Amino acid sequence: MNAGEIARLANHRRADVITMVQRAGNGHTGGALSSLDILSVLYYGVLNLRPSEPNWPNRDRFLLSKGHSVEGYLALLADCGFFPVEELRTFSQAGSRLIGHPNNKVPGVEICTGALGHGLSVGVGMALGAKRGRDAFRTYVLMGDGELAEGSIWEAAMAGAHYMLDNLVAIIDRNGLQISGSTESVIALEDLSAKWRAFGWDVTEADGHDTSALLAYFHGLQTKGRPHCLIAHTVKSKGLPFAEGDPAWHHKAPNADQLHAGYTALNVEGVAWA
Amino acid sequence: MSKQSARIAFTRTLSMLARKDPRLFALATDSRGSAALDDFARELPEQFVECGIAEQNAIGIAAGLANTGKKPFICGPACFYSLRSSEQIKIDLAYSNSNVKIIGVSGGVSYGALGASHHATQDVALMRAIPGLTVVLPADGNQTEALTRGLASHIGPVYVRMGRGEVPDVYEKDPPFTLGKANVLRRGSDVSLIACGEMVYFTLETAKLLAQNGIEATVIDMHTLKPLDEEVILDAAAAGAVVSIEEHNIHGGLGSAIASLLAQRRPTFMRILGLPDEVLYTGTSAQVFNHYGLTPQGIAQAAKELLKVRKDEPVYYCAGSEHFSQ
Ligand SMILES: [Mg+2]
Repeated sequence: MNAGEIARLANHRRADVITMVQRAGNGHTGGALSSLDILSVLYYGVLNLRPSEPNWPNRDRFLLSKGHSVEGYLALLADCGFFPVEELRTFSQAGSRLIGHPNNKVPGVEICTGALGHGLSVGVGMALGAKRGRDAFRTYVLMGDGELAEGSIWEAAMAGAHYMLDNLVAIIDRNGLQISGSTESVIALEDLSAKWRAFGWDVTEADGHDTSALLAYFHGLQTKGRPHCLIAHTVKSKGLPFAEGDPAWHHKAPNADQLHAGYTALNVEGVAWA
Repeated sequence: MSKQSARIAFTRTLSMLARKDPRLFALATDSRGSAALDDFARELPEQFVECGIAEQNAIGIAAGLANTGKKPFICGPACFYSLRSSEQIKIDLAYSNSNVKIIGVSGGVSYGALGASHHATQDVALMRAIPGLTVVLPADGNQTEALTRGLASHIGPVYVRMGRGEVPDVYEKDPPFTLGKANVLRRGSDVSLIACGEMVYFTLETAKLLAQNGIEATVIDMHTLKPLDEEVILDAAAAGAVVSIEEHNIHGGLGSAIASLLAQRRPTFMRILGLPDEVLYTGTSAQVFNHYGLTPQGIAQAAKELLKVRKDEPVYYCAGSEHFSQ
């Protein structure tokens, strides 16, 4: 799928997200929208998956370490056919398997996440398993930027470089914000690129909303002997003009008026499943 | 009486199995020495993963390996895995149902002289409260060997805690072993003694002492703390008096599990013997056990006291407390 088509579909998934969150009355709108172009590029243009056979051994692995961005993840899994899109109606409803963080009872979800700082370690294990098994699949881990304060991420960063896991790609949704404000005011991350380089990773920075640049990055990964880190610069709540860049939307649901304003901004008529 | 270290029996068995099954992996956290994995690492480097001193990361890596079809055994000190990485155990392993075995070595007060930082005496309480996790404390080397063979074909997350030093054999070689099925080692109608881990041998010795006083004891090896073999405990309560013995804080371990079951299904006079809820006395594990009365003599005395007071209110009891010193 080409970059333009992916960008168009990404806005449809954004419409899914705000609809899910509006119906549920709660959800992590900001981070789900900032990471949506990255997720869309992965699911529509990069990952080698079989939705009808979710445990196919040679599938690429994807982990949503920033588990609170689950809405976009579920919208993509549904659209790719891992489960019926109508099930998105049950998001965050009592007893649903579509809960507020990824849960591997849902087809396509590899492992439960939600507590921050876990995903990269699991990704190191997957990538190392592939190396030891001479398997060709790649492992991709999407992390938040606020999440990088967790020490276990840096344990995993050391291990990934130690084992020269060039089949592992860590992606940072660098939206600059976390729940209390800017990452730099909460606990400073910069120079983030230098930190990952110092840990032995092959680091690239890109616009996390430029589907063409993202596609080119994932398809062009060449460096051998080092794991890859993409610092994807994004805007929190991307696509909702009234919420973009506002930390209050980290965990906030739109009302009915905002939902329709969102559809208009996204140039989407609505969602068929709702 | 022969003696062997459970961790050595574990590693020997794992190496033997791993030679035939390339999916069996051992992971260490700079714990090759303490887990006796040096030979495994040399002989089977493609099945060995060194994670460095990073227990949280190691559990995550194990979960990732399991996702790719490997069967990881992660081996290192019980005190660190059970606490430092308990959230990874809860989410990456138990919640996610990852096929990973945690082998916590040098558990309890194996590192008795090193202080509370190195005591693993709350691990059972923590691990038992994690849904989906099986919890096992083998009694000796022979049982550890049987357990290890069982774990290699068992699917699902398991926490195993074993000690460091050599312990007397309770079992002959190749004993029958079923996860979740306790072993009744001796039958007697006066009192039931239920133990786990290294306390099982002491408890068998206790029964001999009691028999010299005309008291016949049932002795049960409750090697699996979760899922608990409820039937065997309810049967054992027929004696009218139950004593639990464990190398663990008196809160949340074997005694608590038994008491919780009996209080709801078959209220029974009971004593919970274990390590008191305090910063523990330090010394070799034998010295710590002696200090707190976790010896055949101490356990026998507690059993006799329980039989004396069984018509009164059951007294909350811990070896080493004031109740013990009379
Ligand atoms: Mg952020």
